[in-house]
Amino acid sequence: MSSKFQDLKDIAVQVRKDIISMTTAAGSGHPGGSLSAVEILTALYFEKMNIDPKKPDWEGRDKFILSKGHAAPVLYSVLARRGFFTPDKLINLRKMGAMLQGHPDMKGTPGVEMSTGSLGQGFSASVGMALASKLDNRKNRIYVLLGDGEINEGIVWEAAMAAAHYKLDNLTAFLDYNGLQIDGPNEEVMNIKPVDEKWRSFGWNVLEIDGHDFEAIFNAINKAEETKEKPTIIIAKTVKGKGVSFMENQVGWHGTAPTEEEMEQALKELGGEL
Amino acid sequence: MTKKIATREAYGKVLVDLGKQNEDIVVLDADLSKSTKTSSFGKEFPNRFFNMGISEQNLMGTAAGLAASGKIPFASTFAMFATGRAFEIIRNSICYPKLNVKVCATHAGITVGEDGASHQALEDIACMRAIPNMTVINPADAISAEALIYAASEYKGPVYIRLGRAKVPVIYNKEDYEFEIGKGIEVKEGQDVTIIATGIMVDKALKAREDLLKEGISARVIDIHTIKPIDKDIIIKATKETKAIVTVEEHNILGGLGSAVAEVVVENSPVPMKMIGINDTFGESGKPDQLLEKYGLTPENIFNKVKELLNKLK
Repeated sequence: MSSKFQDLKDIAVQVRKDIISMTTAAGSGHPGGSLSAVEILTALYFEKMNIDPKKPDWEGRDKFILSKGHAAPVLYSVLARRGFFTPDKLINLRKMGAMLQGHPDMKGTPGVEMSTGSLGQGFSASVGMALASKLDNRKNRIYVLLGDGEINEGIVWEAAMAAAHYKLDNLTAFLDYNGLQIDGPNEEVMNIKPVDEKWRSFGWNVLEIDGHDFEAIFNAINKAEETKEKPTIIIAKTVKGKGVSFMENQVGWHGTAPTEEEMEQALKELGGEL
Repeated sequence: MTKKIATREAYGKVLVDLGKQNEDIVVLDADLSKSTKTSSFGKEFPNRFFNMGISEQNLMGTAAGLAASGKIPFASTFAMFATGRAFEIIRNSICYPKLNVKVCATHAGITVGEDGASHQALEDIACMRAIPNMTVINPADAISAEALIYAASEYKGPVYIRLGRAKVPVIYNKEDYEFEIGKGIEVKEGQDVTIIATGIMVDKALKAREDLLKEGISARVIDIHTIKPIDKDIIIKATKETKAIVTVEEHNILGGLGSAVAEVVVENSPVPMKMIGINDTFGESGKPDQLLEKYGLTPENIFNKVKELLNKLK
């Protein structure tokens, strides 16, 4: 029996399979933080954002910036499945001469709005994009995804302050709050709590959701759209490695590619409702 | 007496004019708009002026986002903070995607003066020219600054424009020269030796040339206002037509104009060279003229170094 959002759930499964296959074929990459953001990107690209894959540079489009650029596999998969380029390109991730660079390259890949990878910078650029839309009286919306480790960066708070100062209510940030960064849990590496209070005190509208629940994601995006004079951050509680039992909540899967056997097990687990 | 105008003054003036001509021009500053002279643009076009507060990294990142949305951002702060603190944002968010941002940094070099070493950018040219896709411009006076800022606004891609705090002599007549990005200017002809200078050192080189003439030495003076891409032809021509090259810059001798010229000379047509600049040291507080004197950025020192070099060739 198909449940609500079944189409999106099916796409999410496909995207997770892509992430596993791509990183295995590449022999490197970041599966953990890609898997945690699957529902957020699927909701944006397949439902919420006003985009045209055939005209990736169309002026009125909504924009998504992957500020946590190391999660490139989830972005590439979603772009391919949405028709920005053919899915056969995915398998060449990180290969010499391939279109899909290790971190997003806006000049080389259709649909990539900003070259990111150095943390915090995509978020800063999203502030510039939101300012530009305001200046041109464009109704498009700017979405940006930050990692929880990423908010250790000073530029994030510079940009957060500026977005509130300029009342960028056309900007919606997501925090992929999976609790883990490269060297371990956030609390051990650099405590970011209380995350919600930090953003609130910087002048942001703060919403907290389960980042794997489509209904919650859409409700939050809609609330963000209704909020005037303030940017919104949706703190999305997520599971790093979501969907693959041996990857879930394991910090080691931040930047390690699966072996062939691990890939087979993961794909089997992700299953075949498709 | 020659008129003296700071290159940052020229910048402030040009910006307002550019703002009138092109609606896509936006200006960002980091709480230094009175010093960088962007405040006049802010007054004229408040909607297109963004004070980002004291946050140089976000200044550059936001400029990148504006450029990615079709705007032509001019991002200004002091050269130290633009190219030092925000280096990596300039590299990764502006130059890697070749976004159309003009980094117009003022208070470059030792002539910042009294503020001292922490504020005297002496490595900015080296840092900026090492980034692919970046164009690096260092105007000699207010006239060339004006012309080159117009040229930069028409060029599509990242440009670093180095501007100064101190008032400096106007050496160019607007009518007599053309300023094209990437084209050096032979300001004065000469057959014995070539002095290649950049920025406010062009004026000092011209003064040294006059003194050299009195001793029967004919020095060619070239203004390399675009350090990258550098005008190879004008440099190679000088190596063929004169015996030696002396470079002069208000910058560390490591990685700046001297290095850029030497890269062209050694690969194409080696001749003896001498590099005049700050000798790999930090600056200090003082009046600009006192500091120029102490660090050898004077016509006298250029005169002496040219003679030393020519004497070695005898």
